[in-house]
Amino acid sequence: MVNLLSVKDLKIGATVYPPGEKPHDIEIVKGVSFDLEPGMVLGLIGESGAGKSTIGLSAMAYGRGGVKITGGEVWLNDRDILKGGVRGLRALRGAEVTYVAQSAAAAFNPAKKLMEQIVEATLEHGRASRSEAEARAVELFRKLGLPNPETFGERYPHQVSGGQLQRAMTALALCPQPDLVIFDEPTTALDVTTQIDVLSAIKEAIRDTGVAALYITHDLAVVAQVSDHIMVLRHGEMVEYGTTDHIINTPQEEYTQALVSVRSIEHEEKAPAGDPLLKVDGVTARYRGTNFDVLKNINVELYQGQTLALVGESGSGKSTMARAITGLLEPTQGSIHFAGRTLSHYLANRSKEDLRELQMIYQMADVAMNPRQTVGTIIGRPLEFYFGLTGAEKRKRIIELLDEIELGEGFMDRYPAELSGGQKQRVCIARALAAKPKLIICDEVTSALDPLVADGILKLLLNLQKIENVAYLFITHDIATVRAIADSIAVMYQGNVVRYGQKSQVLSPPFDDYTDLLLSSVPEMELGWLERVVSSRKMVSAGN
Amino acid sequence: MKNIPISALIGLFFTGLYFLTALLAPWIAPYGMGEIVGDVWEPSSSEYLLGTDSIGRDLLSRMIYGGRTTIFIATAATILSFVTGSVLGFLAAVVGGWIDQVLSRFVDLMMSIPTLIFALVVLSVTPVTIPMLILVMGLLDATRVYRLARAVAVDINVMDYVEAAKLRGEGRGWIIFREILPNALSPLVAELGLRFIFMVLFLSTLSFLGLGVQPPEADWGGIVKENKEGIVYGIPAAIVPAVAIATLAISVNLVADWVLNRTTSLKGGRGG
Repeated sequence: MVNLLSVKDLKIGATVYPPGEKPHDIEIVKGVSFDLEPGMVLGLIGESGAGKSTIGLSAMAYGRGGVKITGGEVWLNDRDILKGGVRGLRALRGAEVTYVAQSAAAAFNPAKKLMEQIVEATLEHGRASRSEAEARAVELFRKLGLPNPETFGERYPHQVSGGQLQRAMTALALCPQPDLVIFDEPTTALDVTTQIDVLSAIKEAIRDTGVAALYITHDLAVVAQVSDHIMVLRHGEMVEYGTTDHIINTPQEEYTQALVSVRSIEHEEKAPAGDPLLKVDGVTARYRGTNFDVLKNINVELYQGQTLALVGESGSGKSTMARAITGLLEPTQGSIHFAGRTLSHYLANRSKEDLRELQMIYQMADVAMNPRQTVGTIIGRPLEFYFGLTGAEKRKRIIELLDEIELGEGFMDRYPAELSGGQKQRVCIARALAAKPKLIICDEVTSALDPLVADGILKLLLNLQKIENVAYLFITHDIATVRAIADSIAVMYQGNVVRYGQKSQVLSPPFDDYTDLLLSSVPEMELGWLERVVSSRKMVSAGN
Repeated sequence: MKNIPISALIGLFFTGLYFLTALLAPWIAPYGMGEIVGDVWEPSSSEYLLGTDSIGRDLLSRMIYGGRTTIFIATAATILSFVTGSVLGFLAAVVGGWIDQVLSRFVDLMMSIPTLIFALVVLSVTPVTIPMLILVMGLLDATRVYRLARAVAVDINVMDYVEAAKLRGEGRGWIIFREILPNALSPLVAELGLRFIFMVLFLSTLSFLGLGVQPPEADWGGIVKENKEGIVYGIPAAIVPAVAIATLAISVNLVADWVLNRTTSLKGGRGG
């Protein structure tokens, strides 16, 4: 069969402007080749910086930002599109090749109705008349399982949910009846429970329309559900290429094997012992100026040296719980007991000891550290603030902490901008540890990281728990993370704890409907998982 | 620092020149500030490089001393407006609540009155001395700085690292000066240049209207005023200070533009 898309020895470069150095060129993609037959789906997978989006976008001869295609050929429908000139590209983009972005919320124009935006490219290229295009769009809405397909296009982007918007974007891409669609992390920004609906809608739409697709993602389990072939990328080079079955079940390269076996940390749960370190007693909370309870009568306990995982989708109130415990949001009812004391509801009334023993690690390590302070200052400040350490003593302790987080002394004078995502998160962990806390609240600490890096962070946290006997309140939406780290679990849904207990107990049947939905929505590294799950679900997500 | 654009180089050169002249005025100026050395409105000659003014003083010497006054007052007023404006702005952003409300509404009130008219009213009831001028100009301009500082700080204040500092139990002083200030510096520095230019123009306007620097002292605006009748007779004495004001404003602006570009560029500055 003749190839629809054929990429030969593609090289892509960019000019970087490192502070204090001369701008210079670097190579982002170092000679990648692949073919795509009509109607097939190729998954491009790799961690951030692997060049997967850059390669994907090269299929429409586009380089984002300062990125330039420096070499190679991209053949689409027997034309080298890199030699087509501006006119050729204009005819190509939005007609033969279309694109689905990661954040549909940012990609739609909020001032225009959805239908107008969805048919725009189709009309622009004269691929159909307005009435034909609109009929086609409605048909796509139906296929993608959107509510009220006849009138859906009359809504504005803000009137539909995130999952629906992502499907609307898919309709936008499919409306001109392209030969190739590029999906760039289309489900990454969605909740797991929403992701599964979007994923199955996309998969069905691809199958029904017979379009070919490049599916870019960092999640191997997701790509395994939709693609025929998978290409694993790292540092701009191809690591492994093969059928989905081959990559998932018999990966050859070490890196691919690591990706496939990620999230396989096993953690033996500990039974509650002694008095609880943290006792949240009937806490109800709402944000100022609202009359809606975000937390409704929450009761949970956490023991010294153990981990309680708070699980739920966005909007379930799990981060609000962290804010209530840290004193950033005053509960309207209930009380919080910590280390035998009752914590004041107000941050300002808490003692220095309360503050010291209760530390927090954030999801986005980049914004959790002052970009104008060095790693040494960031870690050193709690030492100085809580223990009055200065000079050589402080320095010695900083180095100890840097060793504990497996970074070492050399990082002391670096700025956050000079660290990778995983290293940043490690520094945040060190900052929390510096206070010698009894409890660390971890708010989605691994969800912004690549799977392998996240794995490293989880192992570090488990290790530190053993050494320091610190308790974690672990907030996450990712069940795999919970399995890896928790001793007890509280499942949250719309401000309530719907299921609470020891890990073994919470994760074994019989399940309530929500826990079942949540557990079954986590993509598994297995072919045909999507179909199996979609057919056996009892309820759909609230965000849908 | 190597790749300074040509426009910024020109700006830096002239700004530096003006500031140096201001600093070294007593050594550079050929005659005294109020010394009458020749006839009225003499044309330029080797003796009087820029000619003489309306009562026969050397214009070049007067320009040099006048520049010193202009730059000194504008600099002092800018510093005053930045210190008060940014400290209050940061405070309002960090503390919030009624302090923010009171300060912000007061600033809104002040800004609703045209600055020039406000300054004219105040200066007509108080003695017009240089400290008074600095105070009035600085405080009036502080309202603008306050708005910018507050807007920048409100954004920074919701960052996780500020929250982390609050959870650590840090005081307001630490949060304002150690967490927020270093990150708010680049927009503020760029604004500093612009505010300085506005100060120069403001002072010149006041002096031209007779409520600025009082004779026999003079700033550039005052020199324009003294020599404005000469324009009718084709005497360039009033044009010289006007050109000086314009070149100073433009060159500081060029520098400020460059600083702004450098610090807000996605590619450099901030990340480091």
